Amino acid sequence: MTSTATSTSDGIVDEWAIRRMVRTMIPLLAGLSLLQMASGTVLESFEETLLTQPSLLILVPVQIGTAGNLASIMCSRLSTQLHLGTFELSLSNPGVRANTGAVFALAGTVFSLVGVAAWGIGTVLGGSLTLLEVFTISMVSGMLLALLVVVLSLLSVTASYRLGFNPDDTTIPVVTNLCDITGVLILFAVVVVVV
Amino acid sequence: MYGQDTAKDVYRDALPVIIVSLGAGLFAGTILGSETMRNGIESVPGLLLLLPAFLATRGGVYGSLGARISSGLHQGLIEPRFELDRRLSNAIIASFINGMTVSVFIAVVTFLVLTLLGESGSLVQLVGIMLIAGFLSAVLMLSVLVSVILVGYRRGLDPDNIIGPVVTTLGDVFGVVFLLVGVYGMGLVL
Repeated sequence: MTSTATSTSDGIVDEWAIRRMVRTMIPLLAGLSLLQMASGTVLESFEETLLTQPSLLILVPVQIGTAGNLASIMCSRLSTQLHLGTFELSLSNPGVRANTGAVFALAGTVFSLVGVAAWGIGTVLGGSLTLLEVFTISMVSGMLLALLVVVLSLLSVTASYRLGFNPDDTTIPVVTNLCDITGVLILFAVVVVVV
Repeated sequence: MYGQDTAKDVYRDALPVIIVSLGAGLFAGTILGSETMRNGIESVPGLLLLLPAFLATRGGVYGSLGARISSGLHQGLIEPRFELDRRLSNAIIASFINGMTVSVFIAVVTFLVLTLLGESGSLVQLVGIMLIAGFLSAVLMLSVLVSVILVGYRRGLDPDNIIGPVVTTLGDVFGVVFLLVGVYGMGLVL
């Protein structure tokens, strides 16, 4: 590969050089993995409960995955808007309004389905939580996560732009990781209250 | 015109893929809740500890690859063709390096956290599991993600709406499965 130089012949920083992409992302990914150990520790401490209540074990990847999806859509769309020059950090920005509204509507739809499905599968796998318990856990933690997705996406796209990073590289890892960690914390906070 | 979509447009575009990835998430959760996986969780100290970091890393590495390709397509810097031009191949190589490096890093950190918590764990076992799971994930994610984005873009789908769901869908399902493969593989070696 002759293309690993960090700048092109005309002196402009090459956003597509391997070395630049690796150097931008490795510290970020490593730092975020360290933060993920916080949610890992929470999971470890709930190991007994998780192994006896499969509904909760099912909710872990689903809540995290869905929050990650929503964050990824929001960040990716806002980043592209930024590249095209139509983004601004304001609640009256049409793009911001549309994306925010869509995230909440999607969350409401998905987390109600999740509540029912996780209860059903968990019951088959030998769990003993009621439908109301699992549904409440899913909806309450899910809508809190949606709020978090919206706030973090807006802030990270803005911050990334101001700090001179390409939001494509930085926002999705930052927001999805923060949502994962907070997601597990929120999930088990709600679990402790409901169960 | 991009950026003028209403909330309804975004909702309608995103819902089908979100629902598909929800199904995949439930599938991943069911694997996680299965007897085999629960035995793995009990027999490998640290597996639950590294699970969030491992699942999230793939979101970070491959989600940002997707977003990068998407912006490249929107800006006209990448052509929606299966030719390995410099930008596309660089992005893919960088993602592979990132994915593998961070997988090993996670294994080492998990071992350190276990040690700090006063629990016993095997560094070789954790690194081995993460190498196997990380490598299998990289091969699968890179090939499927790039194909889906390029084909989707040519058919008029906005890649921004498909990256997240594709990454988390494949990531969750195969992440959990490859983790299980890693546990099994290291069980044979050790």
